[in-house]
Amino acid sequence: MNRHPSMGRLIDRNRPLSFTFDGETYRGYHGDTLASALMANGVRVIGRSFKYHRPRGIFGAGSEDPSALVQMRAGARAEPNMRATQVELYEGLVAHSQNNWPSLNWDLGAALGLVSRFLPAGFYYKTFMWPGKFWPHYEHLIRNMAGMGRSAKAADPDHYEKRHAHCDVLVIGGGAAGRTAATEAAKDGSLVWLVDENAQLEALDNVTTMARTTAFGKYDDGLYGLVERTGDHLAKPEAGAPRQILWLVRAGRMILASGAIERPLVFANNDRPGILLASAAARYLADYGVAPGKRAVIVANNDSAYDVASTLIEGGVEVAAIIDQRHMTTRREIAGCEILHNHAVIDTAGRHGLRRVTIAPLDVDGDAVPQSERLIDCDLLCVAGGFTPSVHLFSQAGGKLTFRDDIQTMVPKTEVPGITVVGTANGELDGGIGAPIALSRGKAKQFIDLQNDVTAADVELAAREGYRSVEHLKRYTTLGMGTDQGKTSNLNGIAALANALDKPLPDVGITTYRAPYTPVTIGALAGREVGAFFTPTRRTPLQEWHEDNGAVFVPAGLWQRPHYYPRGGEAMADAVKREVLAVRENVAIVDVSTLGRIDLHGVDVAEFLNRVYINGFKTLAIGMCRYGVMLRDDGMIFDDGTVAHMGDNHYIMTTTTANAGPVMAHLEYYLQVVWPDLDVRLTSITDQWAVVAVAGPQSRALLENLDSDMEFANQALPFMGWRAGEIGNIAAQVFRISFSGELAYEMAVPSDHGHALWEMLLAAGKDMDVIPYGTEALTTLRTEKGHFVMGPEADGRASADDMGLGRMLSSKKDFIGRRSLRLPALMTEGRLNLVGLVPTDGKTAIPPGAIMGNRETPGPSMEKAGHVATSVFSATLGKPIATAMVTNGRQRHGETLWAHSPVDGRVVQVEVTDPIFIDAKGERLRA
Amino acid sequence: MILLTCPHCGPRGISEFTYRGDATVARPTAPEGVDDTSWVEYLHLRDNHKGPHDELWHHVQGCRRWLRVRRDVVTHKVISCCDLAGDPAGDVAESNP
Repeated sequence: MNRHPSMGRLIDRNRPLSFTFDGETYRGYHGDTLASALMANGVRVIGRSFKYHRPRGIFGAGSEDPSALVQMRAGARAEPNMRATQVELYEGLVAHSQNNWPSLNWDLGAALGLVSRFLPAGFYYKTFMWPGKFWPHYEHLIRNMAGMGRSAKAADPDHYEKRHAHCDVLVIGGGAAGRTAATEAAKDGSLVWLVDENAQLEALDNVTTMARTTAFGKYDDGLYGLVERTGDHLAKPEAGAPRQILWLVRAGRMILASGAIERPLVFANNDRPGILLASAAARYLADYGVAPGKRAVIVANNDSAYDVASTLIEGGVEVAAIIDQRHMTTRREIAGCEILHNHAVIDTAGRHGLRRVTIAPLDVDGDAVPQSERLIDCDLLCVAGGFTPSVHLFSQAGGKLTFRDDIQTMVPKTEVPGITVVGTANGELDGGIGAPIALSRGKAKQFIDLQNDVTAADVELAAREGYRSVEHLKRYTTLGMGTDQGKTSNLNGIAALANALDKPLPDVGITTYRAPYTPVTIGALAGREVGAFFTPTRRTPLQEWHEDNGAVFVPAGLWQRPHYYPRGGEAMADAVKREVLAVRENVAIVDVSTLGRIDLHGVDVAEFLNRVYINGFKTLAIGMCRYGVMLRDDGMIFDDGTVAHMGDNHYIMTTTTANAGPVMAHLEYYLQVVWPDLDVRLTSITDQWAVVAVAGPQSRALLENLDSDMEFANQALPFMGWRAGEIGNIAAQVFRISFSGELAYEMAVPSDHGHALWEMLLAAGKDMDVIPYGTEALTTLRTEKGHFVMGPEADGRASADDMGLGRMLSSKKDFIGRRSLRLPALMTEGRLNLVGLVPTDGKTAIPPGAIMGNRETPGPSMEKAGHVATSVFSATLGKPIATAMVTNGRQRHGETLWAHSPVDGRVVQVEVTDPIFIDAKGERLRA
Repeated sequence: MILLTCPHCGPRGISEFTYRGDATVARPTAPEGVDDTSWVEYLHLRDNHKGPHDELWHHVQGCRRWLRVRRDVVTHKVISCCDLAGDPAGDVAESNP
């Protein structure tokens, strides 16, 4: 390892570490970055470039670095495109180079460089976009060739946290300006946070300091996105600790002290390993004790070069020359170092790293004088093009920038409320920066964006082709669109465009800065909301029983409902058939606690119900229930359910499971916004009740076995009646309503007693072999009975009349959606009506979602007559049946059609039938 | 994330609310007397304003009140936020007695 004996303030020489890069083992120190450790071990080529596969090395020393991207870690923790300049070294670190094949030093893709004159700006757009159908093939090839790192295939083994916080003042950047501002802000007792993306951040009195924390985005109303890398500097996070934390911080005000980033200079072959930003070269010595080279040349357009030269010399680096692009201003002498004014570096050499530079004096037009070229051997070229303030978060907040001539860069111009920009980020920089020069273009590439391989010639070509707006230039050339967000390239790109358009630089403008400042992992954004926690899961009071008794679950909104209850190794079809037949022939119970329940109180509830349902509710007596359908104001079915009249001014409404939330919001909207004069109070009581439906011809017999003070005979509890009473010692409400078409009761008890009720029902029905049934049997039963449901049949485009409910539409009152029923679109012929389907052969399953056609072979002249909604095997009828929405379907019962599956091409011949397959007269319900 | 100051709950992130639409659109008080064109306009046609705009927001994860929010859709600046019921002078409440 090559280390300076005294320089290197960040490394701890007592804590050596070993790591591997491309399988080779190297040594470094605690405090190193991967970049500084590789540099200390003499590794110059870190990866291959994105487009031309040119060798690239370490260019910067922090988050600005565009080229030293590596593949970090392996297996499930593999992470691509990590900046070696920000990766903290740890024992056993494993990293690989990217974008090379078969090896870093012998890369096949580099052959692309040889044909690169065929890869100009916009090449992909021009070449690969036509004919469009071939694009997937091109894309596959391009992705393979141009891909960067590779992401892990396995699930991330680490966890990530998300936290919300508030502070009075958020200071971004832990440099001198940030620390001063934070100390000052804390004096009045304000809650001050100071964050910095680097590992080193000394504590400050009365200030919350957070190292390894990047403020990546500024959002509305003082919200800032921070990502804290709590585990990235370790082989794996400490037990139980997160890998990263996403902080969403509301700050009263923000002080941006994010510093400035050095600009490169643009000249031929300015991308070789060994060419570094001058400030970065100095940092490698001062912070890590690593000399980036043995013999250096510094090329600059400002005075910062002279300090860098002194640091390099102190670190034992021979500085062969300082090439100052400016005319001589103030003469500064540096012992043993040639200083050339009005000169430029015009080319470099060195296949796998810099060996030599070509310099030349500049003529009056600022171009190189070729006859006076000179060669200087060196393995380090420091480029110093002035500094660009890091105003990203200011700009994200809508702050405007202005060009300042003395420092040749953009600085904050406008005031943004709640944001103060301080220090070098606010342009507190040394002046005397030379204007950018545009050297004439030979064949060699002059890179502007090292990450996306965008050259000065690409920018000129884009300008010639009419891309005059800097935003268009960016999109066309991909300038500044890499993972580095163009931190080192944006301003040089604008300068090149200004030159090509022959406009002053300030007139060209600057692209909008957008979040994130540096890439944020999807893991941090997702936090804990992965896997089972991706959405919340709602559990009914009976969930545990279902789990303990082998239910197979199916998602229904946020609920997980029992789909069916297989016995032993029973197949789904057999289980569902058994459950359906139990309801039709015997008795079975189902958990319907997921249905939405809304309690309505107030003197105007009946009037309100009259306005929200298509049918009338004013005649509904206490002790009775009524089925109702709601429309949206555009006349389409919105939801359906039952309403029970509980007592004076008191009703309970049920909604469909999935629509419980939207129905509540709908009712609240009409009560608060449209009819605020109505006296109605709404309460969602879904979670307060456990509800079990008991269905089947033996259901009354089962209920009569219960220890209850209620009577269940027809006279005591008629169809569509409800009664309150006790079951065991539990207060219960029993509603005689049916979804299956059989004699059925819905039993509601307070949630805490749900399990007890379920067990009592099972016990009361033990002798009659009562079983539980799931949603698939429920679907089969309601399809047999011809009930539509929200979703498959009522999909938001269906009216009540389409469902055959035209007679329910009250003519005596107004209701939501009624006016729309007179619109031509709802009165026209040819609407889709609910029908039933049976396969002509009586046995072939009807594909769900199939397109209905009037012939077997599809073609342009086939009548597209609607679609299949729900398809089930009817255990009761012993054959497949389906519901469908068919054009003029009500007039087509008996007609033969074909169901064409768009998924697998199956075609099934079907007969259109009435949608009610069982007990059209409703005798079973009333039994 | 925009901060809405709910008149009942105080300043809250906008993820607690759902958006319905233009608060200046009033449901006709007597729909049956409205011609087809006006009814379809009420149902479907909305102006796309630039600048300050009155919107209906529902505080679904808070007080569950419907609020009228005046918001500049260019800058996202919230100019006012009030409960519809508590604001009888408002356009919506006025046209729907």
